[in-house]
Amino acid sequence: MSTRQLFEDVVATHGATVLRVCRAVLGPHADADDAWSETFLSALRAYPDLPAGTNIEAWLVTVAHRRSVDVLRGRARRAAPVAAVPDTPHGDADPEVDLWAALATLPDKQRRAVAYHHLGGLPYADVAELLGGTPEAARRAAADGIARLRTHGLLADDTSTDTRGGHR
Amino acid sequence: MNLTDLTAPGPHELAALHARLEQAAADADLLDVAYRTLDTPVGTLLLAATPVGLVRVAYEREGLDEVLAQLAARLSPRVLRAPARLDDTARELDEYFAGRRREFDVPLDRSLSTGFRGEVQRSLPLVGFGTTATYAQVAALAGRPAAVRAVGTACATNPLPVVVPCHRVLRSDGALGGYVGGTDAKAALLALEGAAA
Repeated sequence: MSTRQLFEDVVATHGATVLRVCRAVLGPHADADDAWSETFLSALRAYPDLPAGTNIEAWLVTVAHRRSVDVLRGRARRAAPVAAVPDTPHGDADPEVDLWAALATLPDKQRRAVAYHHLGGLPYADVAELLGGTPEAARRAAADGIARLRTHGLLADDTSTDTRGGHR
Repeated sequence: MNLTDLTAPGPHELAALHARLEQAAADADLLDVAYRTLDTPVGTLLLAATPVGLVRVAYEREGLDEVLAQLAARLSPRVLRAPARLDDTARELDEYFAGRRREFDVPLDRSLSTGFRGEVQRSLPLVGFGTTATYAQVAALAGRPAAVRAVGTACATNPLPVVVPCHRVLRSDGALGGYVGGTDAKAALLALEGAAA
């Protein structure tokens, strides 16, 4: 019998990371909650058949990518107006709020590259598979995204690309 | 500040999402094992249920992580802390410990009770509230009067203690005998039921 981790422990260990990724891609709102829920429901369905040795976090980030694409398609179908986001930083407001707003101003590819690599811990080769293009292009998109976030004054200069581990 | 700090979700946000996942998983028939804990006069109990019914009651001394890992291995890794499915069980146990309930009505999933041990465990509810039986008497009830030691093993491995009353089975010399929840818990349950131990 395999000694597969309880799914409860999967949620406890990776729930916050998946929520960060969903929020970075979709904004810190109900859409991100929907994508999180759909991600873990899909993961729960597939979990018993997951090959042994799978990198669970990378797998979840990949599922989160697909579910966030679904949510965006749904959003486009509904053609709901998207709240305008400020494109200039405003003084001493909450840096967290500003960060989500700043992420929303990034081009889609940069935002996803930042989300999947810096928040989700996905290696650039895997990011490239999700976004298309080469690993080098994914690395550049993430670096450009981080550079643009810095111009908003949000990230200290030492927020290098290694805000977290998991670069395999 | 770095990205990870700036984007950290609060615990209440994750708790709300977890609750939503519990409901969605149950609705999609993907919640193979739901569990919760319950504080009782005999300590914290782990309660676990499949869609069929209550499948496991465990004492803290059995090691709750260990018990959950066994459930994942034997039943399914689709295990979530999801109290809703165990509301009825928790209520009946509260009533039992408050002295207002003598037997349990919740559906049971007997899939952890196999072989002769399972037969013994299925016959245990014949020993009613407030009464006791010896291991030898239970062996006779199960149709194998010589299998006294096997009855002892069956009681020790009862996956549903308290609800399936292995605590009512004593040694022939009147001693309490062992108990999966410890002899103190066994004595406490018998005292609660007013049984002469």
